[in-house]
Amino acid sequence: MSDRLQGTVMFELLGIPPQALFGQLLLGLINGSFYALLSLGLAVIFGLLNIINFAHGAQYMMGAFVAWMLLNYVGVSYWWALLLVPLVVGVFGVVIERLMISRLYHLDHLYGLLLTFGLALIIQGLFRNQYGISGLPYQIPSQLAGGQNLGFMFLPNYRGWVIFASLVVCLSTWFIIEKTRLGAYLRAATENPTLVGAFGINVPRLITLTYGFGVALAALAGVLAAPIYSVNPNMGADLIIVVFAVVVIGGMGSILGSIITGFGLGLVEGLTRVFYPEGSAVVIFVIMAIVLLIKPAGLFGRPA
Amino acid sequence: MAVETGSPAIAEPVSHAANGMARHHLYIFAALLAFGLVAPFVLYPVFLMKVMCFALFACAFNLLLGYGGLLSFGHAAFFGSASYVSAHAAKVWGLTPELAVLTGTIAGALLGLAIGALAIRRQGIYFAMVTLAFAQMVFFFSLQAPFTGGEDGIQAVPRGSLLGLVDLSPDRTLYYFVLAVVFLGLLLIYRIIHSPFGQVLKAIRENEPRAVSLGYRVNRYKLAVFVMSATLAGLAGATKAIVFQLASLTDVYWTMSGEVVLMTLLGGMGTVFGPLVGAAVIVTMQNYLATFGAWVTIIQGCIFVLGVLLFREGIVGVLSKWVKKPL
Amino acid sequence: MKISNLVLTALAATLMAGTAMADTAVKLGVLNDRSGIYADLAGEGSVIAAQMAVEDFKAAEKGITVEIISADHQNKPDVASTIARQWYDQEGVDVILDVPTSSAALAVNDVTREKNKVFINSGAASSDLTGSKCSPNTVHWTYDTWALANGTGSAMVQTGGKKWFFLTADYAFGHALERDTTAVVEAAGGEVVGSVRHPFPGTDFSSFLLQAQSSGAEVIGLANAGGDTINSIKQAAEFGITQGGQALAGLLVFLTDVHALGLQTAQGLVLTESFYWDLNDQTREWSKRFAEKGDGDMPTMVQAGVYAGVLHYLKAVEATGGKDPTAIMAKMKEMPTDDPLFGKGSVRVDGRKIHDMYLFKVKAPDQSKGAWDYYELVSTIPADKAFRPLADGGCELAK
Repeated sequence: MSDRLQGTVMFELLGIPPQALFGQLLLGLINGSFYALLSLGLAVIFGLLNIINFAHGAQYMMGAFVAWMLLNYVGVSYWWALLLVPLVVGVFGVVIERLMISRLYHLDHLYGLLLTFGLALIIQGLFRNQYGISGLPYQIPSQLAGGQNLGFMFLPNYRGWVIFASLVVCLSTWFIIEKTRLGAYLRAATENPTLVGAFGINVPRLITLTYGFGVALAALAGVLAAPIYSVNPNMGADLIIVVFAVVVIGGMGSILGSIITGFGLGLVEGLTRVFYPEGSAVVIFVIMAIVLLIKPAGLFGRPA
Repeated sequence: MAVETGSPAIAEPVSHAANGMARHHLYIFAALLAFGLVAPFVLYPVFLMKVMCFALFACAFNLLLGYGGLLSFGHAAFFGSASYVSAHAAKVWGLTPELAVLTGTIAGALLGLAIGALAIRRQGIYFAMVTLAFAQMVFFFSLQAPFTGGEDGIQAVPRGSLLGLVDLSPDRTLYYFVLAVVFLGLLLIYRIIHSPFGQVLKAIRENEPRAVSLGYRVNRYKLAVFVMSATLAGLAGATKAIVFQLASLTDVYWTMSGEVVLMTLLGGMGTVFGPLVGAAVIVTMQNYLATFGAWVTIIQGCIFVLGVLLFREGIVGVLSKWVKKPL
Repeated sequence: MKISNLVLTALAATLMAGTAMADTAVKLGVLNDRSGIYADLAGEGSVIAAQMAVEDFKAAEKGITVEIISADHQNKPDVASTIARQWYDQEGVDVILDVPTSSAALAVNDVTREKNKVFINSGAASSDLTGSKCSPNTVHWTYDTWALANGTGSAMVQTGGKKWFFLTADYAFGHALERDTTAVVEAAGGEVVGSVRHPFPGTDFSSFLLQAQSSGAEVIGLANAGGDTINSIKQAAEFGITQGGQALAGLLVFLTDVHALGLQTAQGLVLTESFYWDLNDQTREWSKRFAEKGDGDMPTMVQAGVYAGVLHYLKAVEATGGKDPTAIMAKMKEMPTDDPLFGKGSVRVDGRKIHDMYLFKVKAPDQSKGAWDYYELVSTIPADKAFRPLADGGCELAK
C-alpha cells in the first residue's frame, strides 16, 4: 500500500496526475487482453505441436473478416459470430494442419516457422486483393454500446467486455490443459506420442484438434477486435511480431506464462505510452532481449 | 540446432576443400564472371545491380544459416544500417563511393559484433528471436534518429566518382564497380566456407557438443561467422545505397529479414550458388510482377509453402542432386 | 521488339484517326499504391481516371497515341525510385502520374529531374515538392500539407477551436503536418497546448486520445493518415471524446476513409479537400462515369487530380506538337488550366497547381440521402488563399 502511495507521489512529480495513470493502466490491460489471447493460442500450439505458428496473425485477421462477412452476407450477429467464427476458422486450421503442417513434425522447428510464414503471406495477400486495405467498419453490438464513467476515465462497455471475455477464455484454457484428463492426454502425447498411442489414444487426431483450437483462439481474438480496430487485411501482420515477443518472454509453450506475460506487457506498454510514447512500439522487444539474455527459457518456461 | 540441409551429398564437405577451388566451381565462377561482364549490354544495368546486391546479401546470410547453422531473423539490421551509413557518408560527408561503401561495411561489422556477442549465447528459435528483437530496435532507431530522415530515408545520394577519378553516374560504369565488389564478396565467402575455419563451422552445425569435446571454442567460431555474415550483409547494403542513391526504412524492416530467408531457402541453403539463384529469382519476380500488386506477396507465400513442403533443398540443391556434385 | 511495337501502334492510330497531323506517341505511367494503405484512394481508380482523360480528350482523333502502364510502389521510396528509373530508361515512359506517399514522391521527383522527364503528382502530401525540393520537371496537382493545414486549421480556429492538441504520427510526414498546422493555428490566434507522437503505424490510440482528452484542448488535430486516422477517429468516438465536446480535426482524410469509417463514427469531422464528387453537375456527371467503369466507388480527389493532370498534359502535347519535356513543362505553366473537375486554374512557376480548396463537414447518418452522400460544404477557400504563397516555399525556381 505504501508502495502504491509512494508511486503516486512520484508520478505526480513527473507531471502525470494519478487518475490519468489509472486510465492508462486500464487501457494497457485491455491491450494486454489481446496479447494474452493471441499468445495463449501460440503457446498452446508450440507447447503441444512444437510448431511456431507464424500464420497466427493472419488467422486473427481471418477471425475479424469472417465475423464481418457473416454479418454482411448472412446477417449473423456479433454474439453468434463469437461462437461461429472460431469454429469456421478452426476448421480451416485443421485442414491446414492435415494437409501441410503434419508433414513437418519430424523436421526442425524452423521449417514450421517458414511454412506458416508463407501461409500468412498468402492469406493476407488474398484478403488484400479481395477487400482492399482501408478497412471495413464493424459496429459495436448495441448491448455493449456506451460506457461507464469511472471517475478517472470513461470506460467504454465494450472494452470492459474484452477484458472479461479474455480472462474467462484464458483461464478456462489453462484449466483444461493443466487440470483435466483431456489436458493430461495432450501433455502426455507431446512428451511421448508412441506410448500414448499404445494406450489407444489417437495421437495425430489429438494434435490436429489442438492446432485447430489454437487457431480458433486467434479467430476469437479477431472477433473481439473487429469492433475496436478496423477490420483490415494487415491487422495481424505487425501484431504477430509483438505477440511472438510476448510468448518468448513468457517462456515458449508455457500456458500460464503466456497469459500473465500478455496482460503484464500490456500494462508495461501502457506506462511507456505515458512517459515515452515514441518508445511504446519497441519496449516489448527491449524486454524480450533482456529476458532472453538473463533467463533464456523465458520468465515462466522450464529450461530445456 | 541442427538445420537440415537437404541431401547428405551437400552437407558433406568437399574433400579437397581447403586446398583450393573444386574444378567445377571454378568453371561456374568463370561463367558467372563472363556473364557479368557481358550482361549490361543485354539487360538493364540497374536491375542487374539490384540482383547482385541481393545476391551478396543472401550469400552472406547463407554463410550464417547454411554453414553456421544459425537462423537469424534480424539480418535486415546489418543490411539496412550499413546502407544508411554509406548513404550518409556519401551525401553529407562527401566521401568517394568506395570509402562510403567501406564506412557502411564497417558499421555493419560493428553492429554484427555487438548483436552477435549477445545473440550467440542462445540457440535455435531463441537465437532467431534475439536477433529479431535487436533488429526491431535498430528499426526503431532508424525511424527516430535525425540523420536517417525517418520515413523519407536518405534520398539523392550522389554516386560520386571512384577514387575521385572515375565518374560513376553512368549506369554501366557503376555496374562494373558493383560487379567487382560483389564478385570479390562472393569469392571471399567461398574461401571462408572452404577454409579449415569453415570445416569447423560445419562440425559445430552437425554436432555442437562433439565439437566442444574436441576442444573447439564453439562460441568464438559462432561469433566470428556471425560478424563475417553481418559484415558482408553490410557490404551489400552499403553498395545498394550507392546504386539506388537512396537508403530507406524498407532495408531495416523485419520483412527484409524474411525476404533474405526466402531467397536462401528458395535457392538452396548450404549450397554455394543457391542464394545467388534465389536472389535472382525473387528480385526478377518482384520487378516484373510489380504491376500485379498483392499477387507478389501471394506468390512469395506459395514459394515458401511449396519450398518447405516439396523441395527443401532449394533449386540449386535439387540441381546438385542431379549432377551429383555439391554446387 | 519495343520499337516495332511502337511503330505498329502508331501506324494503327494513324489508320484509325486518318488525320494529316504528325503523330505523337506518349506513354503515361501511373505509379501508385495498388495493394497497401492508399490502394483505395489511388490504386486502380487512378488508372481509370487517366484512361478517361485520354478518352475525353479524344487523343486518337488529334493524332496522339497514348499508352498507359501502371505499377505498385508499395509506398516505399526505394521501390518507387527503382520503377521510375526503369520506366524512363527501359520502357520509354514520358510522364509519371499520381505517386501517393510523400517519401515515394520525393524519390520520383529526384529521378524525373535527373532524367529530364515529366512528373505530375496527385497523391502525395508533402509541400516540399514545390518548396525546398522543387524541380522544373514536377507539377504538384491536387493538394499539399500546407493547403490542408491552412484549410482545416484556420477554419477550426475561426469557429472557436482555439486550444489545440496534436496526435501526430511519428515520422517525417506527421511532423511536417503538425508543424504546418501549428503555424496556421498560431497565426490565427489559437494556441497549441500539447502533442503526443504515436508509433507509426499504430493500432491502439486510446492511450494517446486519453492524454488529449485530459489536456483541456478544444480541438484534437490528427496529424496522421490512412489507417492511423481511421483508427484514431473510431476510438475517439468509442471513448466519448467527441461527445465530451472536443472536436476532431482530420488533417489528411479522404473520401474513402470516411467510407470505411461509416457516417455513424465519422460524423461531424471537419476536413479539407480539393474535390468532391457532389460539388456540381460536371463533377457529378464525371464521377458517375467513373463509378461505372470501376467497382462502383466514387472518385477521390487524388483520382480526380490524375484525370485533370493528364488532360492538361495532353493539351500541352497538342499545343507544342511534340513531347519535349522542357517545352511541355513551359507550356503547362504558361497555359491556364481548365477541366470539369477543378474548374479554371493555373500551374505556378514552382510547379504548384492552383485551384480552390473546400472545407467540408461529414454529415450525420440521418442527413445523408444515399450511398456516398457524405460531405456538407462548409466554405470555399479561394485559389489565391488556398496555397502557400510562392515566396514562402523556398523554391529555387521562384527566385
